Amino acid sequence: MNVTIIDQLKKKKILSLLQDGQRVDGRALDESRPLVIDTGVIPKAEGSARIRLGDTEVVTGVKIQPDKPFPDLGDRGIFICTAEILPLADPSVEPGPPGEDVIELARVVDRGIRESGMIDLTKLVLQKDKSVVGLFVDNSVTDYDGNLFDACSYASVASLLSCKIPKWEMKDDAPTLVPETFTEPPVTTIPVSVTMGRIGDNIIIDPNADEWGCMDARITITTNSDGNICAIQKGGQDGFTFEQLVKCSQLSISTGAKIREILKEAGRK
Amino acid sequence: MGVKKTDIVLLDDKGIRCDGRQIDEPRRIMIKAGVLKNANGSAYIEFGENKILAGVFGPRDVHPKHLANTDRGILRCRYHMQPFSVGERKNPAPSRREIEISKVIKEALEPAVMLENFPRTVVDVFIEILQADGGSRCAALDAAAVALADAGIPMRDMVSACAAGKVADTIVLDINNEEDQEGQADMPVAYMPNIGKVTLIQLDGVLTPQEYEKCVNTAISGCKLVYEVQKKALRDKFFGDDAQ
Repeated sequence: MNVTIIDQLKKKKILSLLQDGQRVDGRALDESRPLVIDTGVIPKAEGSARIRLGDTEVVTGVKIQPDKPFPDLGDRGIFICTAEILPLADPSVEPGPPGEDVIELARVVDRGIRESGMIDLTKLVLQKDKSVVGLFVDNSVTDYDGNLFDACSYASVASLLSCKIPKWEMKDDAPTLVPETFTEPPVTTIPVSVTMGRIGDNIIIDPNADEWGCMDARITITTNSDGNICAIQKGGQDGFTFEQLVKCSQLSISTGAKIREILKEAGRK
Repeated sequence: MGVKKTDIVLLDDKGIRCDGRQIDEPRRIMIKAGVLKNANGSAYIEFGENKILAGVFGPRDVHPKHLANTDRGILRCRYHMQPFSVGERKNPAPSRREIEISKVIKEALEPAVMLENFPRTVVDVFIEILQADGGSRCAALDAAAVALADAGIPMRDMVSACAAGKVADTIVLDINNEEDQEGQADMPVAYMPNIGKVTLIQLDGVLTPQEYEKCVNTAISGCKLVYEVQKKALRDKFFGDDAQ
């Protein structure tokens, strides 16, 4: 809460650099950090990925198991995405129940993937209203350098793309595992979230931790493979003009297209 | 929530919606300012079937003390649904959805409130959803902004909120519960009408870039309609027939 002298100096530096169109780590305003993805890093999980977005690191696992469907959605499988910032990720993180920032993080990552319809949940029904396949995507942030929204989103999408779904058959009203049989996940589109910060009149893509600390406002826009927008979340203590919102949507589409190729490549491995 | 109605016609061939509205017509909005005795400021809103009460306390001392900020005041916000506000009883403990909505409402109000005038203090905004319909976060924000103004807290601008969405391939203003459940996209927007800044925007559902721009514009036009109702509520409270 209380701003230290170092924070104030950092902010001053970041603002003065931005006046010349420069960023504190030398990137262009519309340049995201290098994204490195390894999939299949946790063999016991049906799908997994470890990703680095600059110095932000996330490990994600997908567990897949039969479950009861939600009462009003008996003809759909279950998709649940969570996020946690581990205490080893940053000195300010303490163990305990999630705060509002972490709850928002998990819900925004979940919403982007869910609203894009990435996974066709109607293909995950074992017996209508009785038994369905559940995909549980758990993101763990292991190292913090800002922009957890995109890092967790990329890690979730990469682990979903690379997951293998075991096969169950209904026997005596109970799902029974068919050993050694796997199917590809029913993927319809690849959602990509792009988070942008506004500092003064500048829109920057993929803010790092220093920039994150002095943004006026931020916005996360998720686009699908068709280049359409499927989820938005605005945050931060100030707002955006209509023109800035339009610019952000254009940036999210162009940047999203580049990152989608990296995700596709990672999913093939 | 979540009960599927079958064969509901969201938009008929004359362009009339399932509740009889035109595509650019908001639901009925009624706001009353100053409805609580003890709160420093308060407001009650009926927005369609939403019935929401907002109360504001502060600026006042911060408890716990370590949350206080020496440079500026802080804003806290709680959006809470009553167990009887929805079809099936809601557990009264705050859900993850309510915690997220509390946060986005706080961040939508913050740009308008001149917190720099009140270092080391807190302004608390409490919102109780008595009955929920589609678009409760926007209605809650509308009431909260009026309650802040009613409390006499210095503000740069009003904050007005209204949703737009996509229903039967058409961009419509202020989507209701059925349209939220069965429609294609829902975009709540909050807007400072004089400064011209969007302070809350969220989206669930797929829009093309053209539809996105149209949807933002439609929502902003709705915010401007809400702004007039908010101004009327404050005028009635301070200059109306039964003004104190």
